[in-house]
Amino acid sequence: MIPLSWYLILSATLFSIGLMGFIIRRDLIVMLMCLEIMFNSVNVALASFSYYNSNLSGQIFVLFSIAIAACEAVIGLAIVLAIVRNTGINHSDEINNLRG
Amino acid sequence: MEKYYVLILLFPLAGFLFNILIGRFVSTKFVSWVGNLSVFGSLVFSLFTISDVFQGKTIEYNFYTWILSDDLKVSFGYLIDQLTAIMLFVVCFVGWLIHIYSVGYMHGDPGYPRYFAYLNLFVFSMLLLVMGNNLVMLYFGWEAVGLCSYFLIAFWYQKKSASDAGKKAFIVNRIGDFGFAIGIFLLFISVYTLNYTDVFQKIPELQDKTLNILGWHIDLITLIALLLFCGAIGKSAQIPLYVWLPDAMEGPTPVSALIHAATMVTAGVFMVSRLSPLYNLSETALAVVAITGAVTAFYSATIGLVQRDMKRIIAYSTISQIGYMFAASGVVAYGAGVFHLYTHAFFKALLFLGAGSVMHAMAGELDIYKMGGLRKKMPITYITFLIAALTIAGIPGLSGFFSKDEILWYAFASAKPYGKFVWILLTITAALTAFYTFRIVFVAFHGKFRGTEEEFKHVHESPPIMTIPLIILAVGSVFVGYFSVPHFLEPLLGEPKLAVSLQQEKIVMAVSIIAGLVGIATAWYMYILRPTVPENLTNTFKGFYKVLWNKYYVDELYSFLFVRPTLWFADKFIEKITDIKIIEGIVNGIPALIYKIGSLIRPVQTGQLQQYAIFMILGIIVFVLVILNM
Repeated sequence: MIPLSWYLILSATLFSIGLMGFIIRRDLIVMLMCLEIMFNSVNVALASFSYYNSNLSGQIFVLFSIAIAACEAVIGLAIVLAIVRNTGINHSDEINNLRG
Repeated sequence: MEKYYVLILLFPLAGFLFNILIGRFVSTKFVSWVGNLSVFGSLVFSLFTISDVFQGKTIEYNFYTWILSDDLKVSFGYLIDQLTAIMLFVVCFVGWLIHIYSVGYMHGDPGYPRYFAYLNLFVFSMLLLVMGNNLVMLYFGWEAVGLCSYFLIAFWYQKKSASDAGKKAFIVNRIGDFGFAIGIFLLFISVYTLNYTDVFQKIPELQDKTLNILGWHIDLITLIALLLFCGAIGKSAQIPLYVWLPDAMEGPTPVSALIHAATMVTAGVFMVSRLSPLYNLSETALAVVAITGAVTAFYSATIGLVQRDMKRIIAYSTISQIGYMFAASGVVAYGAGVFHLYTHAFFKALLFLGAGSVMHAMAGELDIYKMGGLRKKMPITYITFLIAALTIAGIPGLSGFFSKDEILWYAFASAKPYGKFVWILLTITAALTAFYTFRIVFVAFHGKFRGTEEEFKHVHESPPIMTIPLIILAVGSVFVGYFSVPHFLEPLLGEPKLAVSLQQEKIVMAVSIIAGLVGIATAWYMYILRPTVPENLTNTFKGFYKVLWNKYYVDELYSFLFVRPTLWFADKFIEKITDIKIIEGIVNGIPALIYKIGSLIRPVQTGQLQQYAIFMILGIIVFVLVILNM
């Protein structure tokens, strides 16, 4: 049996990749993808904890969480598309209308 | 019946509310009906009060407690005795005739409903003033007539001079009212009640009490009486606060008639008579009242001698006649003062409405030297005006004669040391009064017309709606004097003590008649027989004429002493320092401070999405570290 720590290492690695991508990459679509990676890393952690604790409700919860992630992705993509259409800009550092 | 007398107040109030709220949406005919009927209703009920009072009843009725606060208990109630009844009759009857006249005079004015609303409110305020059974209601009416006079004097507010005159009337009145209010406060803290009956019961206790003001011991009753008299000086246009009344001519002419005859200026005389038990206890206050009255009577009559504006001459004559009334009150002949108030209301309203009729015919012209020979074109106006002039001149048999003679006699016969002085001034004034009134008659109605042919063609008699009130008032001016008001008021106001024998009454009467005739004869000589005389006199006494023409430069003096320093202070201090530095400093300073703090912390919000993400991560790391260390 694969020990829990392996799953957790996988989860942490995925999360770090997603986080680094989100901070470093300027492309909005890539940033969204990075967001998804972070999201799924958390799901991996949740599912594995649930398995090792023999509590199925955690795995059910992951399914919900995936559904919500799908919604979030739709909305995120729609926003990105709207921004790109209206401004023609696809780089996060150039979108700073909210600067104080 | 007693409680229905409140309707006297409610009718005009209802008329006011109707005309101010709905008047705009109904026809002018309806507005005039409402305006006239409301005052007529009050008149009917005021006649009932007279019949009640004749039966010896004094009605005091409290409706409800209006203000209740510790010692202060003010009820909304009325006191109807002889004095109130006579005032109610004068206010309602003369006020009603003026309302009727206004229907013709204000015909076609765009502010018609507004005008009638204010007129009704004016009558309501005055009725409240005379009917109230306590000083708070008196004060309420007192202020309300001041407010209404402002509304009506500035009725044609588009005209700068009219709105200025309205403000002047209001502000000058405020000065007097300030003293009046303090007088009421002082009276309250002395006797702890403001109801007339209770006040009069407790006042004798105050005798010989003094008030210590900065080391000066001042007789309490004298102080109260004088402070209250301050209000009367303002409201009744006596020296030194008379300056608003001549300017009040800017309003529509019926308003002048209303202010001068029925409402407003007579309030001061009413107040002094109403509070006669208080004034009787202070010799000093009585002397001040008498001398102020007599000097004002003489002083304003001299100004009236040379003015050319018809309404202004009549306005100065009002100031002068009110002076008579105060002089009468000052020699304890309150009854004679109220008698003169009552007859004066008729002939003064008549004079003003006559002047209004002339203005109507002359397209608003007021300079008597641009008129002349009007009697052929306006017979009714001429005859009624002549009757009023004869009445005010004190020709025997007409009402003005009786009341004026009464005042002169009581002044002459008074035991007070200043009685003779008052009498001399008033007798000279009687001659001056006759002179300047007949100057109007002879210059405006006799001789040749001084304008162009074209203008003379346009001169016409006024419509019946205006001439009928003139005729009624003329009949009144002749006959109202036969009702002996002083005798009627005697149970209430008492009879003055006489220091000389009754035989001398004939002499006083003869002197006053001669004074009147001399005035008329002089006017006739100067303006009919020898029209060059006035000009020669003017040239001979140039300086004197100039002083009179400029009304003793009092307006200029007040402007120099009070108006300009106030404006200077307002400009240099209030505006430049208080307003711009302090008020605007605070108003603009707070947002500026917030803006500054904001610009200090604003750079945190960079708008860079990824920076926010970094901050979030750092935050989470800090949290995690804190939790792990715990």
